[in-house]
Amino acid sequence: MPAARTFKLAVTGTTAGLFSGLFGVGGGTVIVPLLVLWLGYDERDATGTSLAAIFVIAAIATIAQGAYGNVHIVKGLLVGIPAVGGVLAGTWLQQRVRTDVIGLLFALLLVAVAVDLVVS
Amino acid sequence: MILAIAMGAAAGVISGLLGVGGGILFVPALTLVLSLSQVRAEATSLLAIIPVALVGAARQYRYGNVRLRDGAVIGALSALGVLGGVALANVLPERALKLGFAVVSLAVAAQFVRRFFRARNTMGGDAQSR
Repeated sequence: MPAARTFKLAVTGTTAGLFSGLFGVGGGTVIVPLLVLWLGYDERDATGTSLAAIFVIAAIATIAQGAYGNVHIVKGLLVGIPAVGGVLAGTWLQQRVRTDVIGLLFALLLVAVAVDLVVS
Repeated sequence: MILAIAMGAAAGVISGLLGVGGGILFVPALTLVLSLSQVRAEATSLLAIIPVALVGAARQYRYGNVRLRDGAVIGALSALGVLGGVALANVLPERALKLGFAVVSLAVAAQFVRRFFRARNTMGGDAQSR
């Protein structure tokens, strides 16, 4: 693997890791655009590869947060394991509904969450 | 407990439907519904992401969409960033974390609004332009 490419992957990983550790998200918001714009990935490969990276990133971040005593294992599993079933259902639904309209409704929900975070 | 399971399943459906990661949903679900503090919700969300990402990556791998070596390199080299981010999340005041998360939520919301108008334009005009 050429050094320049490894460097780009390292920057992608470090940025995504920082984002993930700071906000408790996977880091896909950072990884996907970097892979597309910087490493010449198409959208599909970027999404798939980012999921593999997120698995590793989330595992490292969970251990790190666990060391601070912040991880609620039972609550995490109660949310995370049903989510797997949800993702499978959501992927199936994707071909059958207007995702652009649902995306718009979801955006409203996120704005509501943001407002709540600011005023609370 | 039933509420947690329902929240997880609902977050999963939206995640699969819209292609967003679980975290943007898990964190507010854990603070608002399961009443964790912001830093604890973020930490717990990371654990919840693991099974979702694992199953998602396995599926994408079967479709031939995962460049395994690149994914592993990104993951392995994320460690420094992760440690920095986690340390930061633990020293920053709760208020700053909440405001930061609000900004991330708004950025993701903006993405979906853009996507909606792009889809509408595509349908109204040149159907080939995607």
